[in-house]
Parts: sequence; C-alpha cells; structure tokens
Amino acid sequence: MLIFEQSHVGRRALAQAPMQEADISDIPADMLRTDVPGLPSTSELQVVRHFTRLSQKNFSIDTQFYPLGSCTMKYNPRACNTLAMLPGFLARHPLAPESMGQGFLACMYDLQEILKEVTGMQAVTMTPMAGAQGEFTGVAMIRAYHDANGDSERTEILVPDAAHGTNPATAVMCGYKVREIPTDAQGDVDLEALKQAVGPQTAGIMLTNPSTLGVFERRIEEIAALIHEAGGLLYYDGANLNAILGKVRPGDMGFDVIHMNLHKTFSTPHGGGGPGAGPVGVSKRLEPFMPLPIVGYDGDQYYWITEAVRPQSIGRLSAFMGNAGVLMRAYIYARMLGREGMHRVADYATLNANYLMARLTAAGFDVAFPGRRATHEFIVTLKRQQKELGITAMDFAKRLLDYNFHAPTTYFPLLVPECLLIEPTETETREELDAFVEAMIRIQQEAENSPELLKEAPHTRPVRRLDEVRAAKQLDLAWSGAAE
Amino acid sequence: MSNIPVELKYAKTHEWARTNDDGSVTVGISDTAQDQLGDMVFIEVPEVGATVTAEEACAVVESVKAASDVYAPVGGKIVEVNEGLADSPETVNNDAYGEGWIFRIEPSDAGELGALMDADGYTGFLAAEDH
Repeated sequence: MLIFEQSHVGRRALAQAPMQEADISDIPADMLRTDVPGLPSTSELQVVRHFTRLSQKNFSIDTQFYPLGSCTMKYNPRACNTLAMLPGFLARHPLAPESMGQGFLACMYDLQEILKEVTGMQAVTMTPMAGAQGEFTGVAMIRAYHDANGDSERTEILVPDAAHGTNPATAVMCGYKVREIPTDAQGDVDLEALKQAVGPQTAGIMLTNPSTLGVFERRIEEIAALIHEAGGLLYYDGANLNAILGKVRPGDMGFDVIHMNLHKTFSTPHGGGGPGAGPVGVSKRLEPFMPLPIVGYDGDQYYWITEAVRPQSIGRLSAFMGNAGVLMRAYIYARMLGREGMHRVADYATLNANYLMARLTAAGFDVAFPGRRATHEFIVTLKRQQKELGITAMDFAKRLLDYNFHAPTTYFPLLVPECLLIEPTETETREELDAFVEAMIRIQQEAENSPELLKEAPHTRPVRRLDEVRAAKQLDLAWSGAAE
Repeated sequence: MSNIPVELKYAKTHEWARTNDDGSVTVGISDTAQDQLGDMVFIEVPEVGATVTAEEACAVVESVKAASDVYAPVGGKIVEVNEGLADSPETVNNDAYGEGWIFRIEPSDAGELGALMDADGYTGFLAAEDH
C-alpha cells in the first residue's frame, strides 16, 4: 500500500511540524503557491511503520550477502557515517568563505592526495558526481587534449567487447565513434585485433583492469605502448579497483586518466541510484583540462583552484565539488584503513573470490576461465544446466533469493552465455561464503529433481517472478491520485 | 536446432540478409540471436536515408538481458525501416525472418554480400561458437 493510500484528511504529525512559521514577507506574491501540496496526511506512527516495512522488503548489504559482480557491494562501516555527520561537516555551507571551511577543505585535500597515491596519478579532481560522470570527464579531457594539440583527425575510441556498457556510451557522448576490440579465449584483449584497429584515427582506448571477466589484463604494458605510439591515450575504468587497491597502480600501468567509484571501492552508500562519487585522476599532460573546483594548499591555507588559474579546464560538472557527504565518508574510510589496510582490502577481496570459485568448481559448477586466477570476482556459466535441464542463470538467480542471498549479476558480461558474475568482497566471513556454496549446491539438486521450484522462484518474497518485458515497457512510477 | 533458412545470407554478428527482386537487401537478426537475447523490449532502427558502411553498427536490439548493436551486413543507403517494431518489438522474437525484419538497405556494392556466410556456413559457425 502506498503511503498516499493511507492518507486521511486532517490527520497530522504535529510533533514533526516546524516550531515556527517561516517569514515569507519578502517573497513576491505571484511566486507564492496558492494550493496545498499533494502530500499524504498521516500520523507519525503510520509513517514509521510504512517506511520500516518498506525497508524490510528490501535486500541490502546490511541484511544479506550481496555478491553482485562488478558492483562491489561491501559493508559501509558505521564510523564513516557517524564522523561525516559531525555538525561541523554537516552544517558547512558550500558558499562559506575558504577561511571558514579549512577543516573540510583539509579533509578534501588529503583525500585528493590519498587517491593520487593509491592510483599513481599526477592529480585528482573530485567534482564528478558518479562513475558515469567520471567517465564523461575522462573522455572529455582526452578530447580537449587532442583539440589543444590541433589533432582533430582522431575520431575513434577503442573499447573491448567485455567493457561496461557505459564505456561505449561515454565515447559516443563525447562525439567519438566506438570500435570494439574482441577478447581472446583466455579472457585477455585480443592483441592482434588491437594492432589492426590502432591508427592515426585513434583518440584512445577505454579499459577496465581487472576486466569484467574477473581476470587481470596481463599484457597491459604492451597495450599501453601500442596506444601511446599511435598518439592515443589510455582511459582506466575504475569499476574493479577493489581487486588491486594498494597493490598495482593504474598510473604505473601507463594509464593517462582513471575514474574511481568511491561508492564501490571506498565503501560509501551505494545502490538505489546514489548519491555517488566518481573522482578522476590524470597524468601530467591532462592536468590543465581537469574540471573544477579542485582543492589547493599553499603550505598554510587550503583554497579552491578555479578557472582563473586553469583556463583550459573542461568546465564544471557539479554545482560545488561533487557530493561532499560521500567524499567525506570515503576520506574517513581511507584514513581508518591506512596504507596497510588498503593492501588487505585487495588481499581479502581476491582471496574470498578465489575461495568461492574453488569451492563452486569442486561442487561441479563450470567457471568461465578455469585456467585463470580470479581477481575480486569470477564467472560461473550455467550453459550446461541450460542445455541439459532447461534451467537458466535467471532461474538460479531467482531461486537464490529464496535462500536469502541477493543474486549475483546475471547475463553480464555479454560474452559468456548463461553467466553469473560473482563478487563476494573482502567484508564477508568464510561462514557466509560457505553458506552461499551450500545454497548453490542445493539449488543444483533442485534443478535436477524438481526444476519447477526454480522456474517459479522466488516463492518467499513480497513479489513473485516479474514479467520483465512489461516491467521495462509499462512503467508505473508516479502516484496519480493526489489531485483530489 | 535453430531455424536457419537456406535462401538467406548470414553475418558473424548474427544478422541475416535477404536480397530482394529490386536489388535491395532486407536485414534482421537470426533466430539464434533472438533466442539468446530473450524477450525484446525495444528496437532502435536507423534513419531512412542514412548511409552506412558494412559492419557499421546501425540499429540496437534491447532485450530483458542486454542491449546489442545490429551491424549492417553490407554498406549502402537505408531505404526503409520496420516502423512496426516501435510498438511490437516482440515481433523479432516471434518471426525473426519475416515480420521481424529491421531495415532495408540499397547496397552501394552488392559484391559485399559475397563476404557473408550461407546457411551451411552459419550452421557450422554456430556449432564452432558453441564448442
């Protein structure tokens, strides 16, 4: 039931109402609304129950194992929230003078430095609001760089076929043509195909390493040399940074620009559409083009770096500097971990993925790249189950919900048929991983003995199997009964 | 076994091409392709009058699983698109080789058709992909 449907004329929650009426005497009469906004009239207890029940219908990292591959659904330590909500940070006005925000600016400057160090880049901008905007920033800077060099013949961005869908979308948004590079049988970029594709028309390449296939791109240095020799730049999609945090640095691999998803790797709120944070790191040659503002430090005071000293900047991407609250949480997370802790993130993310892969393999499941070590995630393919039993990856995924596990990512990457992309993250215990394996084994037995249990799953959730075509085509998202 | 009509030509990217009497080429995606993609929710067709080159992405089929590019099997000018797919994308699932066609090209070089596979070739290609 929607909260609007619980509305009863005249019912209010007076304890929550403002204590004073606002002074509206300086607002012109024609700008004041004359009708009452279409909000529900409910009691405080109704509101509490309604939203508590809604939250209980939700799968979340706070309630369930959430091995959604490529999304890094790990635990957000409560301390990050608590400290980011200290009144001094929370009540800071974004337009306050620099001298009154030195504490916040110092944290942001430190975060820039930490992200530089951990990625091996020359400089970092934190203004992009999320990963997709970070990607846009990166490719827009590649474009600005070529334009500044008078190099207007570069029209193509190379994207491996294992890439996230946002990569080609970003290249197109920035006015480039996308050329797809195939993957070889081992899960690496097909180097011969890449050599054929690289040329004077190449503006750059967008790579994720480790790739979405859950393996580390082993010939990254050769790839970087090939692209650089042709005059192109390398873009690093930071989606899978969790696997290499503190171990290998994209800057050292030869990348010119990288975006990071703080809401994945740096454990800030994630899912439900944000808010996110997609800082971008650059090599020396892209520094002049970075979006603003950036926090500077003159040895005494922290200050905003603006267009006055960066005339070649691609501009601004958010009203102030990204999502301040999310950046604060990432800063606190990084400080709590320290250098040593960063290494352990990568160690355990990789160990957990390889443990899970080994146990599922032993249990009879097929992994997509059995010869390769997993990074922070790996792929199980249910192609055999589909052929022999008519059971698909989607059926497995839906049945996992009945066992109280969020499903792994299904049908991505597109290269692997009937795939589950599984990312346990470093924050799960061995017991939790074992329980997931047991559930997979039981579902396999059900697939063989009572397949209807899978076909009709989920059985225990507030909604049953959705008609995905209708759900995608007939969106019903807005309450339309408010105008009574 | 998938339905692979013998009179059509096939691309490695799973498009089919039918040469019409007037020399134009009708293009859609194969039965195998629609089967693997699953239920279609949206088909983005190219613009009539657009010029495309062979192997250029010029349409998008979006299913509940994924959005995939459809590549032009031959270069030329788009002379007609299947407007009906806007309202009924499921036609691609129900009749991939008939009502589910996506666009029609006037080829600039009909010789490019020679680079495509025949039905036997495509059958073998699918078997190899399915190793």
